[in-house]
Amino acid sequence: MSTSTRSRSRRFSSSTSFLTAALVLVFLVLSASPSANALPAFARKYGLRCSACHESWPMLNYFGQKFKDNGYQLMNDRDAPIWQNPGYWPVTFRITPIWHRVSTGKVQVDTLTGSTIQRVTASGFDLSGLDFHTGGTLEKNFSFYVLPSSNNAGTFHFETVMGRLDNLFGSPWLNIKFGKFELDNLLSEKRILTLTGNGGVYQLYHFRPVGDANIFGQMGDNQLGAELMGHSNNDRTRYSMALLSSEDGQVGLPYGNAYTGFFTVSQAFDAGKMGVDRIGAYAMVGQAPTGWLTNGGAILGSGAGMANKGFHREGFVGQFYFGQHVDLQVVTQHGWDSAWFGQGYGDLVDGVAGNNNNTGAPLPAGAQAPTWNGVLFEPHYVYSPQLIFIGRYETIRMSRQGSGSGCGTGCLGGGPAASNLGNISTYTIGYRYNPFMTSRAGFAWHNEYNWLHQDGTAPVLGTSGLNINTSELLAGFDFDF
Amino acid sequence: MRTRLQTWSLLVGATAFLALPLASWAQLTEADFAPRLSIESHIGNVTGHAKDGKADYRRYCVGCHGTLGDGNGENAVWMQTPMYQQPRNFQLGIFKCRSTPTGTLPTDQDLFDSITRGFDRSNMPIWNTFTKQQRADLVAWVKHFSPRWVGEKPGEAIQIPPEPEVTADRIKAGRDVFARVQCWKCHGVVGQANGPSAATLTDDLGRQIAPFDFTDGSRPKCGDTDKDIYRIFMTGLDGTPMPSFADNIKPDEAWDLVFYLRTLMSQKSKEKDMAKQLGLKPVDPNAPAGQQ
Repeated sequence: MSTSTRSRSRRFSSSTSFLTAALVLVFLVLSASPSANALPAFARKYGLRCSACHESWPMLNYFGQKFKDNGYQLMNDRDAPIWQNPGYWPVTFRITPIWHRVSTGKVQVDTLTGSTIQRVTASGFDLSGLDFHTGGTLEKNFSFYVLPSSNNAGTFHFETVMGRLDNLFGSPWLNIKFGKFELDNLLSEKRILTLTGNGGVYQLYHFRPVGDANIFGQMGDNQLGAELMGHSNNDRTRYSMALLSSEDGQVGLPYGNAYTGFFTVSQAFDAGKMGVDRIGAYAMVGQAPTGWLTNGGAILGSGAGMANKGFHREGFVGQFYFGQHVDLQVVTQHGWDSAWFGQGYGDLVDGVAGNNNNTGAPLPAGAQAPTWNGVLFEPHYVYSPQLIFIGRYETIRMSRQGSGSGCGTGCLGGGPAASNLGNISTYTIGYRYNPFMTSRAGFAWHNEYNWLHQDGTAPVLGTSGLNINTSELLAGFDFDF
Repeated sequence: MRTRLQTWSLLVGATAFLALPLASWAQLTEADFAPRLSIESHIGNVTGHAKDGKADYRRYCVGCHGTLGDGNGENAVWMQTPMYQQPRNFQLGIFKCRSTPTGTLPTDQDLFDSITRGFDRSNMPIWNTFTKQQRADLVAWVKHFSPRWVGEKPGEAIQIPPEPEVTADRIKAGRDVFARVQCWKCHGVVGQANGPSAATLTDDLGRQIAPFDFTDGSRPKCGDTDKDIYRIFMTGLDGTPMPSFADNIKPDEAWDLVFYLRTLMSQKSKEKDMAKQLGLKPVDPNAPAGQQ
């Protein structure tokens, strides 16, 4: 045997041993983990494992949804803080250190001779923001939730601040929520199982046609307002009605005097061995300003909003379970915005005013109310409460562009928009593995891939807008305590 | 050639290997319950299968009741009276809430109702979000922990006569029963769980246990309908100091007692209103028998 062969053999033997040792170590770690794992503050209070309320943390199962609908109460006559150890403090933090890779196609970049379009890819280690969840009961049937949340640079805002009166007149059909809260979306974006930039939100909950400045119809954003909701004792039947300030959750009354309503109703059925299946419907109907009062050209403060115009989104929701391991979540949407929004009037929240509808000028000829349709499918395979595989496919198709065929140069975009402009298709796949499951803390190894395609929104060099593809890969530790 | 160290190591290793099965005898493992995995439950027209209840048990129940159903889940240590009660040890096959006579096994429906209803003033939630099938499967799974379900049949559910019309006389008669069978010794003369024996009560496992407080607004553990209350004191709560009074209270008297107990509860009721109109006084422990 030659020296080099022996050397290769030793290397092979050495690497085989290392691989074997690693596999054994992984096996030992996995097999030594106790059986299956929320808001650990609630788990600690009630002594229930995360899996009792979460299909996979943070997504709720039916029992968790009922707990939430009861105002974070088990209704076991031990919900009030007086029954807790005085040292109990209902606080949970959540943060996610990650490695991720984002690759965006058709980005316009400078060159020596001008500019070109190319794919730009970035990868590296990063952090999510930090969430401090605190919630629970102040007294029996008086509950609260406060969530200061930061971005990954540590700048905080109030994501959720609400108080709740539960079971008014002894009835689960009457519960009132007041403050800033998540809308009653059955498929909750705040409890989404995915974390990438495009896959960590439901596109359907934030969609706007290209150039449309109506930021106020985003169902995925927490909103300021009041909500009346109710449910049957076993939570099979649910309804909610919310009155919201049309401010997209921004504090400080910058617009004023415009309101939005959000309504849901759903019914669940006992489907025997299949599980509990639910179907429901929602509607968001509102008005928001398209113009702003100014003084010397500067936009006035509170109450500046004017020329309110309408918008609405409506759709169906389905939660279908196929036995103990497989489920499918479905959301559909039809959206409609006033033609004013479609021409870029509206958004002021981010400090960049769109067109200002305060002069009495008419809409450009050919402008029309943009409409679209979308659907979201999210299947899960729950191997056990500790391991879940996630898939999602979303597609949104414009059915009418704001700049219609009769548009001239006065319209947004300088003419008719392509019928497919802004269409989105995206899919996400991933899994979350919780190596342990207790009633004290949550920890998940998270791995996910997202791909998003949008028609006609890449930079224009020459003739027409190009389709854009973005992909993201993410791996990290998602934990809370 | 083996060194002495190698020889000793081999000996110790072999001894440890051989001792493993002996050590495992000392406590039950999941394998010990495997022969009972074929146990079923029958709830109306739904048949529950123990093996199908395992996944839900692990997801929802194991934190308190433990992998082996012995009530030693990771949270059991934090559940102490008087704030909470220890989780049920299913291996013993003893259950508080039954429709069957004391000392007998409960019916499948009893266990099903317990899961559906949950237990007030305990960490056992109301699991009515489950499907009927899920609950039936869980009943079968709970049964598979105890060998009692192999050799014994559940008791016959006690007969409960139709509920009579509540009257002032019946409420007063109920007070007499309350005094005669000395409910007040544990529950107190006004039902505040402060009778002279209250502080001394322990369950069958020697753990401190508190009597039910009728006045604090909570629901009776085994259901809050009149029939449920009737059933509680006629079957007793096995494993606790609450006995069955089936031999001491006639069925008609039992209804009288139900009506009187309603007057002690803080919840609004017809009986409470009638007791107020009557100016009904609490029992006097020192009064001669029959002279309340």
